[in-house]
Amino acid sequence: MLLTFFWIFGVIAMGSALLCITRKNPIACALWLVVTLFALAALFVLLDAQFIAVLQVLVYAGAIMVLFLFVIMLLNLGRPGPTDIKGPVGVLAAVVLAGALLLQLRVLSAAQLPSSIQLPAGTVAALQQQQGMVAAVANPLFNAYLVPFEIASVLLLAAIVGAVVLAKRKL
Amino acid sequence: MTFFLVSSAIKVFVVFNLIMVGVALLTLLERRVCAWMQDRLGPNRVGPQGILQPAADGLKNFLKEETSPAMADKALFTLAPIVSFVPALLTFGVIPFASPLPTKWGVVPMVVADLPVGFLYILAISSLGVYGIVLAGWSSNNKYALLGGLRASAQMISYEIALGMSTVAVLLLAGNVTLSQVIAQQQQGLWFVIPLTLAFIIFFISALAETNRLPFDLPEAEGELIAGYHTEYSSMKFSMFYIAEYSNMVTASALMATLFFGGWDIPLTSWDSTGEPTVVKTLATMAVFGLKTFSFLFTYIWVRWTLPRFRYDQLMALGWKVLLPLALVYITMIAAAIWYFRVQLGWTYGPGMAAALGGLNLILLIAVVWWLDRGRIVSGSVPQEAA
Repeated sequence: MLLTFFWIFGVIAMGSALLCITRKNPIACALWLVVTLFALAALFVLLDAQFIAVLQVLVYAGAIMVLFLFVIMLLNLGRPGPTDIKGPVGVLAAVVLAGALLLQLRVLSAAQLPSSIQLPAGTVAALQQQQGMVAAVANPLFNAYLVPFEIASVLLLAAIVGAVVLAKRKL
Repeated sequence: MTFFLVSSAIKVFVVFNLIMVGVALLTLLERRVCAWMQDRLGPNRVGPQGILQPAADGLKNFLKEETSPAMADKALFTLAPIVSFVPALLTFGVIPFASPLPTKWGVVPMVVADLPVGFLYILAISSLGVYGIVLAGWSSNNKYALLGGLRASAQMISYEIALGMSTVAVLLLAGNVTLSQVIAQQQQGLWFVIPLTLAFIIFFISALAETNRLPFDLPEAEGELIAGYHTEYSSMKFSMFYIAEYSNMVTASALMATLFFGGWDIPLTSWDSTGEPTVVKTLATMAVFGLKTFSFLFTYIWVRWTLPRFRYDQLMALGWKVLLPLALVYITMIAAAIWYFRVQLGWTYGPGMAAALGGLNLILLIAVVWWLDRGRIVSGSVPQEAA
């Protein structure tokens, strides 16, 4: 049952991701990306991570992709443009990179996870039962990993400030 | 398992039909209330008091010619009403609408799906409704529709933040994101509208903007944009946008009743939430929940026919410069107060803590209205522009 759903959503995710990078119309690309994000959220649910799944839809599909669409429409990039594949050299580079990626996947699928980041089976479900969906994520995030979390937010702030400075030469 | 499947299927069927009939009656109610407020009669010809008018309208929409613009993007033009319609109906699924119903085969909780991430699911799914509007605006290949779609996306993203922030206070106080738990908490103490008055006000304003209702219906401002994003739509496709808008209203009203007014809780008695579940309790609580939801729906209509439309810059200024900072400051203060009561004084949520938080809210409310306001929230404009 679980495996069937994994295959269904996995195939949807792969297929829509492929369509996302092959469509010429930017709006269609953005929409296929939304489908990909949805399929990934479904995969998170299969992993018992409902909270992460909802956040995935809420943040990526609900907010960030809407902003993408907004920008595409605002700049009126919505009509199909010329192809951006740069001749035989580009195709060759793409094939080589794709081969490298496949090779990595091959190696990774055979590898074992280090035991330090592995939890015994059923631990996550028990934790969620005990503390609730959100607390199971929030507790480590705001207790054990508070400093990295805050540093990440500073990083995001720096990125926003940088974007504003680049966009507005005269402040 | 069979019991779960059968009961879920029945609940889905009942809820879907209730929303659909409710939406139909709501369109009639809107026109009758509007007429009443303007000292007219409104539609009263079809059936007694015009009660069959929605059926006549529905039939008319099915029979109308369906036009499709020559330069439109066909696929997306068809997809847009669907994308708008589906999330609007999906969101109601996690809202508990009555106390559990005892049957011969077991107790049925009166909620389609009591998800462990309950409330966040509503936020996630309702944020998808904007795709329908944006795609409708873009695929129509009409500059007015495009402007409507652009406005909708900017507006809904802006107010989604204020909406989410205002509910953080509720989640902090309830300590849970499951809506049935939020209701259970409110049954122990007072309804959350008293300890979290300001959050309710922010939520209500943001919900008006999220559902594109006046005074924030900029995406379809008929005076400037013809009909905004659905200018090019006709027949049933147009109707689907309409149904989506009204079912979003129903969900927003039900959510306000659930988060701030105790959901299906009957006030001033603990009869409904304690003891064995009975059929009478289920029916009574369902009626109370319906009444609460209806009163918010009526307020929606009331506001629509009372207030004029905002200007676009006023709308953005209200969202980003007033509601968002207000919500952030409010979260900080409420979190500090809750921490003080819970950790320092060791209280649990009950009438005492609710009253103490209510006092704090009263002070904050007076401060916001009399001190921060100075004509800004009410008129929505920024004083620097006038100067």
